Amino acid sequence: MAKEVLSVLVDNNSGVLARVSSLFGRRGYNIDSLTVSATDDPHVSRITLVVDGEGPIIDQIINQTLKLEEVQNVYQLDEGRSVMRELLLVKLAADENNRGKIREVADVYGASIVDLSPDSMIMELTGKPSKIDGFINILAGFEIVEMCRTGITALERSQVRHPIHKVK
Amino acid sequence: MKLNGSEILTEVLLEQGVDVLFGYPGGAVLNIYDALYKYRDRITHIMTAHEQGAAHAADGYARATGRTGVVLATSGPGATNLVTGIATAYMDSVPMVCITGNVGQSLIGRDSFQEVYIAGITMPITKHNFVVRHVEQLADVLRDAFRIANTGRKGPVLVDIPKDVTAAVCEFEPGRKIEVLHDVFNDREALLTAAKMLNAAEKPVMMFGGGVVAGEADALVRALVEKAHIPACHTMMATGVLGYGEACDLGLVGMHGCLAANRAVAHCDLLLAVGVRFSDRVALNPEKFATHAKILQIDIDASEINKNIMIDHSLIGDVKGILEQLVPLTEENQHAAWMAQIAQWKAEDYRPQDDDSILKPHQVVTAACDMAGEDAVVVTDVGQHQMWAAQYCRRIGPRSFLTSGGLGTMGYGYGASIGAAMAVEKKRPVVMFTGDGSFHMNMNECCTAVSYGLPIVTVIMNNTVLGMVRQWQHSFYEDRYSSTDPHRRTDFVKLAEAFGATGYRCENLSEFKEAFAKALQADGPVLIDCRIDKDERVLPMIPSGGTYKDSIVD
Repeated sequence: MAKEVLSVLVDNNSGVLARVSSLFGRRGYNIDSLTVSATDDPHVSRITLVVDGEGPIIDQIINQTLKLEEVQNVYQLDEGRSVMRELLLVKLAADENNRGKIREVADVYGASIVDLSPDSMIMELTGKPSKIDGFINILAGFEIVEMCRTGITALERSQVRHPIHKVK
Repeated sequence: MKLNGSEILTEVLLEQGVDVLFGYPGGAVLNIYDALYKYRDRITHIMTAHEQGAAHAADGYARATGRTGVVLATSGPGATNLVTGIATAYMDSVPMVCITGNVGQSLIGRDSFQEVYIAGITMPITKHNFVVRHVEQLADVLRDAFRIANTGRKGPVLVDIPKDVTAAVCEFEPGRKIEVLHDVFNDREALLTAAKMLNAAEKPVMMFGGGVVAGEADALVRALVEKAHIPACHTMMATGVLGYGEACDLGLVGMHGCLAANRAVAHCDLLLAVGVRFSDRVALNPEKFATHAKILQIDIDASEINKNIMIDHSLIGDVKGILEQLVPLTEENQHAAWMAQIAQWKAEDYRPQDDDSILKPHQVVTAACDMAGEDAVVVTDVGQHQMWAAQYCRRIGPRSFLTSGGLGTMGYGYGASIGAAMAVEKKRPVVMFTGDGSFHMNMNECCTAVSYGLPIVTVIMNNTVLGMVRQWQHSFYEDRYSSTDPHRRTDFVKLAEAFGATGYRCENLSEFKEAFAKALQADGPVLIDCRIDKDERVLPMIPSGGTYKDSIVD
């Protein structure tokens, strides 16, 4: 099924995330990833959602989400016109025997090593989700101890500025 | 002026035009009840037997009047007892403001006595809810609650007020009643497309629902169907808008709808859907629903478009405002061939057999509606009696058929009748149809009707079994009647007397008419125990997922 990215602008109130996720849970919409972040307006937060679905299902999700009182605007991001980024932290089992190999892979992907311990190291990588996926695939040859992906955060290119407040 | 939170609450209720509310006191709302005592000459509080009854009463009041129903309950169990009532109102888009007390803020989050996170519990069954943390926010939050409940598609809003906020004092600025104005529909092109579709149709059918009642567009629906001779069926939520037997009236559509209505929808070339949501009780099989028709939908809620059924063209906005513009664009038309076909289908429709020597459900409903008159408010519980009431209810006005459509809440009826009775102030009869199953759920509210002298006539279709479930067990489970025959021995006449009400029992139509005539004259509540056969079924019936061709008629 197609993955679509939705940007949801919400009032920066406690509980607003619960309202959005309660709606998705109730209506059975699948969330692949969800990030909450600040915007340039301190009263407004941005929830970036990756959801499964196409056409009418996405319209349904948008229209149902727009009905929430604290949701100001919802729009679908056009993948071709958007910058989408994700941050990965991955902890690998590492000792003096394989540190060099790991460093080589990290260099190819532009990942940085942010922690080094006697038996492990943590790498950080920012990029498009496909790049993160590729990097994780390459790491299959190593032992991943723990891993954490933030989920997508995204903005559309150009001067387009989606209204941050409800269009009355 | 300086007021405490409880006085502010009462002032805002008065400012928003509330003169009656329903509720039940308790620890966390003691301050609020103290304020209600002070304001008792200006605002009437109806104390029910149970908070669920209060919630249904506020709902019934709102449905009958179009005003916002208000219910008040204490924290913890008081709040959770509202939940079924709130969900009922939410599913049927009824404007309600629900106020709950909560424990003081120093006790919140500590599993204190009668503490519950009602905002979290009611999140999926309210349009919005609030927890008021500062008394300074209280007045505006309450005004917001009234605004949200009445804006766009209506629905319930909950305001949870911790006890310390009800006692805290702050400056109160009086405000004005929130008036919700609808945007004028100004998409001329979409309107012209709709009119073109309507004018080009040779076999149009209108299907209208609760949105027509909520949007007070009943006169325009009538104007449109009469101008262009468009046969019109309705969902249960719009019972009473068109009169039973009128030329353009196709009656109820859906699972227990008229055969003619379901046939017309299956054969029409244009379905004009107004204020409906294509629930699974109407569009029983989305793949096979109105397959020959272009579907033109008018609704206030954009999320209703393409939700259950794919739509060809839609107009989103206030139904009344849109119909005001659409009616003049609609050409007069006789649709003679189509109307003749409809008339033939209506003549061939299912008719139950009369039998005056026993009580036949359709005869009970017909007799009660004829005797109560066109201005009666009819309330139902949920089950077979509800369907019989919807099928055979005679001409009544809009806002006069109060029933739990979406949630299907057994036990809705008595509370809703109390709300309706408060709304009509003895100027119109209130008749509730219930079954012995539904009535057992919330019959405790009979005491409320007695306390306040509410002349509610309750017609209990007593077949001694859970008739609707039993009917499904008969049709789909080879008569394995699991837990539908409880062998109860409740004597409803004695029960009525025990509550301080009046009770009658009847076994045939003339006994029923006699009892009902006396009940209409009574000052207080009356229960009429109508003994009907337990094998009576609601017919016709289209099984889930079927079409009119699968109708069960005997």
